[in-house]
Amino acid sequence: MSQQSTQIPGLLAGLLGTLRRDLLLAWKRPGDVLNPLFFFTMVCTLFPVAIGPSVEQLAFAAPGVLWVAALLATLLSLNSLFLADHEDGSIEQLLASPQPLVVLTLGKTTAHWLTSGLPLVVLSPLIALAFRLPPGTIWVMMTTLALGTISLSLLGSVGAALTVGLHRGTALLSLLILPLAMPVLIFGTRTVSLAAAGDAYSMGLFALAAYAVGALSLAPFATAAALRISNE
Amino acid sequence: MWTFFHKMASPPHFFRVAKTLIPWLAIPGYALLAYGVFAGLFLAPADYQQKDAFRIIYVHVPAAYLSMMAYMIMAIAGGIGLIWRMKLAHAVAASAAPIGVTFTFLALATGSIWGRPMWGTWWEWGDPRLMSELILLFLYIGYIALRSAIDDTAKADKASAVLALVGAINVPIIHFSVEWWSSLHQGPTLVREGGPAMDPAMLYPLLAMIFGSSLVFGSMLLRRIRAEVLRRERRTRWVKELVLSPGGRR
Repeated sequence: MSQQSTQIPGLLAGLLGTLRRDLLLAWKRPGDVLNPLFFFTMVCTLFPVAIGPSVEQLAFAAPGVLWVAALLATLLSLNSLFLADHEDGSIEQLLASPQPLVVLTLGKTTAHWLTSGLPLVVLSPLIALAFRLPPGTIWVMMTTLALGTISLSLLGSVGAALTVGLHRGTALLSLLILPLAMPVLIFGTRTVSLAAAGDAYSMGLFALAAYAVGALSLAPFATAAALRISNE
Repeated sequence: MWTFFHKMASPPHFFRVAKTLIPWLAIPGYALLAYGVFAGLFLAPADYQQKDAFRIIYVHVPAAYLSMMAYMIMAIAGGIGLIWRMKLAHAVAASAAPIGVTFTFLALATGSIWGRPMWGTWWEWGDPRLMSELILLFLYIGYIALRSAIDDTAKADKASAVLALVGAINVPIIHFSVEWWSSLHQGPTLVREGGPAMDPAMLYPLLAMIFGSSLVFGSMLLRRIRAEVLRRERRTRWVKELVLSPGGRR
């Protein structure tokens, strides 16, 4: 018995274990990862169709379009963050595990960012170029998207944990998360717009980074508490 | 001190105390409102710039203030309910939300009506306070939607408390971000901050409206909590005894 208890792996092993499991699951079901990406690309395509092909207008709207599309794509993927685990009961295993739930949810959220946020960041230069964003600002946009999607994944995990197992969970999730995500959207779009206009933009980057750090240190606790509540 | 809190946490005791408390809040509250409305509409002089349009602040300012106050009460009560597992706190949070959303809507509506003569537009996207208030409205709607989506009351209480706390941490950040955002717009300079000090004849009705509205808000909150407590405790003995006792519908 005592031997067994010494075999409980450490915190890092718990974190990496959940991370590895979720990444593996995503690898086996590529549709879950690709669908939000296609969605992101399609939303970005809708805007030129709707606004018109005028280059100046598109370049002006580009940061907003990219950011709104990224926000919606993240929301789309957030819905499935805990859903499969809830349906097959493996969330009960997470709750019953001797590891702190905070660490395990952080692992799941990290996996979510790696499979939804990071691909968006990688894909975004392509769309930015198509929208004629000045090439010099593309890395600014990628940085804001990287920092912003981290915050969105963390913030969204709280909402996903609160709404898991509810009917009409998807619509509710958007209702809960979108107002909370407003600072991320504001800082993200304005920073890119300022950079595109050649103004000083570092403050927006700092604010986004601060928000991401704050979310990283607080959100996992809220997510863990919410998971416990919704699986009572 | 602590025994007072423990006593207040007991629903039947709270139910009785709230009943005696309500008139003490409501009567001075409505009296102040009556004075404020009369003085605000008839005694206060018209503003030399805004003419009579400024009189809407007598509704707008208390509504905006109470919309934030109600959210704070909701979040703090939710936190108390989560941490100390106090059921009454959850009833407070559940009762504060509908009042808060009403005041938020009222603040937005009066602000918009005020904006029409002042800025020439019903809605000014560049004003950070309007935007913050609008996001606050969305936060309230999300909170109420989450509450109504969960059937189990105990679960709805805790889940919405987590949401209210996350929202409460975000509210200052949202306000800051919206301010930063709008400071970049070249929009019209809005209400002058630190402008000429208010004439006492204008100020006193405003103070009366703010205090009066707060008192009325308190009495409405207590009324709602009483109803909420009754609903939640409907299967307990004290409620049955209360209902069955002669003349005991209240």
